[in-house]
Amino acid sequence: MFKMMNLYPLRKFTFPVIAECVSPDVFQDKNQKEIEDLEILEGNKQKRLGELFKVEETRKEQETIITVYGDVSKVRRIGAYMTDGEIIIQGDAGMHLGEEMKGGKITVHGNVAGWAGSTMKGGTIEIHGNTSHYLGAPYRGSNRGMRGGKIIVYGNVGNEAGTYMRKGLIKIYGNAGQFAGLRMRSGTIFVQGDCEERAGACMTGGKIVVGGFLESVLPTFTIESVKKKVKIEEKIVKGPFYLFLGDLTENGKGRLYVLKEKNPQLTNYEKFL
Amino acid sequence: MDIAIRDGKIVEKVNELRAEKVDASGMIVMPGGVDIHCHIAGSEVNTGRLLRPEDHFRDFERKTPKTRSGVGYSVPSTFTTGYRYARMGYTTIMNPSMPPLEAKHTHEELNDTPMVDKGTYPLLGDWWFVLEYLKKGEIEECARYVAWMITSTKGYAIKIVNPGGLEAWGSGRNLSSIDDQVPYFDITPREILRGLLKVNKLLNLPHTIHVHTNNLGKPGNYLTALDTMKCVEDLASEDKPAIHITHCQFSAFKGSDWRTLKSGAEEIAKYINNHSHVTLDMGQVIFTDTTTMTADGPFQYTLHELSGNKWVNHDVETETCSGIVPFRYRRKSYVHAIQWSIGLELALLIKDPWKIFMTTDHPNAGPFTSYPRIIGWLMSRKAREAALNRINPRARNRSLLPSIDRELGFYAIAIMTRAGQAKALGLKNKGHLGVGADADVAIYKMNPETIDPSRKYKTVRKAFKQAAYTIKGGEIVVKNGEIMQHVKGATMWLDVQVSNPVEITDEMKRRFREYWTVEYENYPVTENYLEVSHPITVKANV
Repeated sequence: MFKMMNLYPLRKFTFPVIAECVSPDVFQDKNQKEIEDLEILEGNKQKRLGELFKVEETRKEQETIITVYGDVSKVRRIGAYMTDGEIIIQGDAGMHLGEEMKGGKITVHGNVAGWAGSTMKGGTIEIHGNTSHYLGAPYRGSNRGMRGGKIIVYGNVGNEAGTYMRKGLIKIYGNAGQFAGLRMRSGTIFVQGDCEERAGACMTGGKIVVGGFLESVLPTFTIESVKKKVKIEEKIVKGPFYLFLGDLTENGKGRLYVLKEKNPQLTNYEKFL
Repeated sequence: MDIAIRDGKIVEKVNELRAEKVDASGMIVMPGGVDIHCHIAGSEVNTGRLLRPEDHFRDFERKTPKTRSGVGYSVPSTFTTGYRYARMGYTTIMNPSMPPLEAKHTHEELNDTPMVDKGTYPLLGDWWFVLEYLKKGEIEECARYVAWMITSTKGYAIKIVNPGGLEAWGSGRNLSSIDDQVPYFDITPREILRGLLKVNKLLNLPHTIHVHTNNLGKPGNYLTALDTMKCVEDLASEDKPAIHITHCQFSAFKGSDWRTLKSGAEEIAKYINNHSHVTLDMGQVIFTDTTTMTADGPFQYTLHELSGNKWVNHDVETETCSGIVPFRYRRKSYVHAIQWSIGLELALLIKDPWKIFMTTDHPNAGPFTSYPRIIGWLMSRKAREAALNRINPRARNRSLLPSIDRELGFYAIAIMTRAGQAKALGLKNKGHLGVGADADVAIYKMNPETIDPSRKYKTVRKAFKQAAYTIKGGEIVVKNGEIMQHVKGATMWLDVQVSNPVEITDEMKRRFREYWTVEYENYPVTENYLEVSHPITVKANV
């Protein structure tokens, strides 16, 4: 059964709300009453979804779409483990958005807190605002990073985006924080804006493309060549780019592309070519 | 047949009209499970918890009106450990490695492990005092110090980990055979093992020496394991076990490197079948994400180099060292699949179940919650075949398991999981249901007379996972896999009485000041430190 659900938060949440149940997989095959009865945690209190959100059902001939209107920046784990369908959030979203998702799409027209797309395996997350630290990174201590899927951010991103990444694509149209692609093994990170220091620290594989200013490249990276263009998922990005290989502390073969035009401070490296 | 219980003991009979009755007809009744080797408390376990936040994230238990909350899959928090053991019908567990310096910490955690009786073995194989006295050949003096140490750390047995190797690791080296010299002390692992075995006999300790062999986790180490068993052959008496080789799976690798790794289980099983002075436990590998933690620092370093995972390594002053590395055993890895096979081969090729016990060396080869799976594999060839079909094909071709038809019965399982372990530990009141035994009973929901475990292995697995009843000290603590009440278990420790105890001289206090970060006055664990103390008095021959 295909349907469209609208959720409106009934009040401003002061405590974190854990809302794993806000997911197309859970909403499927449930009527409005059953959805309102879904269990949800507010702080340490067990509540019903209907106590925190107004649920509205509008039928439509397409796959399950959940639209959340309003500020849900305290609501965590929206769309966790989802495999299909779509979630649209018209407002800010909380931590762990789309954690371990396998398919489907999440669109946020606002800002998102940390750990968005944590350990995701497939699907797409589109964030039209900014997002915080640990984008697509695994939970603390774990080394099982992002394994597929796509994350597109139109705003800025905090530190440690794409930590332990193994597959997939992270596209950042704004600026990125420190340690982008920390310990990444494979996959692609594209930063159109500026990137703070230590990009690609401890990376052993994969590709990081910086289209903006990168103050310094880690000393454990060596320059390989100057490339005219870089291919990111079928699309060609024109350069020229400096290509660095690293991280040598980990015997890594990761590739770090830095746009030549925006980074005159790196011209020193050309003498090693 | 009825089993009568009064005041926490099994008795001849009770007044049937007034007694509370548990109907176990059509079910299997066993003594409460005994685990001879599981790392559940102490500084290394706690460091493992700190090292692995992701382990807690995956697995957690909510609090209920009767139980406390807890987290952790491979290194669960103390309360959860107790509950999970009780749910499987286990009532006695032994924590195998306690650096004596960390004894207070270990006992604090054991105090907080409910539902089960427990004990802990202090690590004495690389303690400087032991090495010094063994070097001088003063066995009786050594015995007096060991007695002092066991009593003052409230330990239960002598644990020896990589004898001499840990001391060598202090200077960045390791020993590769039992005849290598320990730097500075100039004695060999052979002398340490023989010396401590003599000490063990002099002190009349209930358990044998508990040995983690040299060269653990290296290809070709089955020879070291055999050497270790052989080197104490002449010291054994009256067909009694004299040495316990723990997590033997890790010591049964054949081959010259990881690529040519093969199982050495056949050779070890052959030796064990012909000798009666050794007991073993399996250390069965489970294909899962787990945390390895041993006092074997050099081995853990190798493991970190192999896996590239995060790690902790630690030197415990004059006593031992330790290391922790998270590890994932994969079905498709040749080495891991061979390891999995070795554990089961050992258990099936050794004919006498009184000599081999079921463990996973929790959490080194897998969490203890996987015991029902292992029981399934041991009881059913079909279960083994199902698992074999999913492992690395090269490992499958080299495994001995397809050629083994043996399927263990319920009696053999009862011995391997309870009676044998209790006997090896010298626990007279555990592991049986005779009159006078502690009233620790596990009842599982399956009829041993009608069920065919070789075909219905999944039913068996399910039954062992959730005990229908666990009775601890005469109280029903678990019913249908649910905790009915939170009870405290006792901490068993040895009060070793020697005729001429160690005098705490100024010389010893000076050594404490010089070698340890702890003053002598703060070192021993006093009895009031244990919440439920259960001293076992042992009269020594020195």
